Amino acid sequence: MPQLNQIQELVRLDILKIESEFDIVRARQAVRFYAKEMKMGVVDQTRITTAVSELFRNMYQYAGGGEIIIERGDFQARPALVVTCIDHGPGIEDIELAMSDGYTSGSGMGYGLPGAKRLVDDFFIESRVNGGTTIRIVKWA
Amino acid sequence: MKYDPDEIKVSRRIPIIKYGEFLIVSIQVDMHDRLAMELQTQILEEITKTNARGVLIDISVLDTVDSYIGRMLYGMATMASIMDAAVVIVGMQPAVAITLVELGLDMPGVLTALNIEQASRMLRKKMKNKK
Repeated sequence: MPQLNQIQELVRLDILKIESEFDIVRARQAVRFYAKEMKMGVVDQTRITTAVSELFRNMYQYAGGGEIIIERGDFQARPALVVTCIDHGPGIEDIELAMSDGYTSGSGMGYGLPGAKRLVDDFFIESRVNGGTTIRIVKWA
Repeated sequence: MKYDPDEIKVSRRIPIIKYGEFLIVSIQVDMHDRLAMELQTQILEEITKTNARGVLIDISVLDTVDSYIGRMLYGMATMASIMDAAVVIVGMQPAVAITLVELGLDMPGVLTALNIEQASRMLRKKMKNKK
C-alpha cells in the first residue's frame, strides 16, 4: 500500500462536492479539464476521467456523496494528477473482496474499484466500517 | 422553481430520429445516469411505436464511456434484439475503446461500426439474411 506522503509538491487545483447525479458529470468533466491542462494525452485523459467517474458514482450510490480534492504533484519524481475522494458513508467491510474483479454489492457490474485501479498509475484506499472511505488515485501526466 | 442553466443543459432530451426502417440516435451530451436510463427506455418505446428494425447509436462525440453507460448500451442492444431490432454502436473514439477494454467491460455480441454508412450497410445485410 502506498503511503500518502509519497507525493511531493502537492498543489491544490480544485475542491468539488458530489451531492447529485449531475455532480458526477460535472466533477468528471473537471478532472478531464485538469488532465488536459497538464498536457496528458487523450487516452490518459480518458482513462482518468473514466476511473474517477466510477469512483464518484460509488460515492454517490453507497455513501450519498462526498468530497473530491483535485491536486497536482510529483509522484515518483514525475508530475501527476492526484484525485482524492472522501466520503463518510458506511465504509467497506472487506476491501480485498471489493477490489476483486466481478464483485458487486449493489446494482453495478462490479467493475467499479478494480476497473478504476487498472486505469490509473497508483491507487490508495482506506476504509473503516461506519467510518467512511478515502480513495486516492494518481495518474502521471 | 429557480432558473438554473446547468439543470436545463443536463436535462435536455436526446432526439431519436426515424430514418426508413431505422432509428438514429446521436448522443452529444455527457449523460448523467438517469438520462442514460431514460434514453434506453425511450429507444425501446420508439422501436415498438415505429416497428424499427435497427437502431444506430452515434457516440462519436462521447469522450467518456464508463461502466454505467457501457452497461446501458449493452443492455439496450440485448433488449432490442429480443424485440427483433439490431443495435449498432457507431463511431466509438479509440481512447474510449481502449479504456473500456482496460476497465474490463466487454459487450459480447454488440455490433459496432466506424460510421453511419457502414452501420446502415451492416443492418441492411443483416435484415436481408433474415428474409
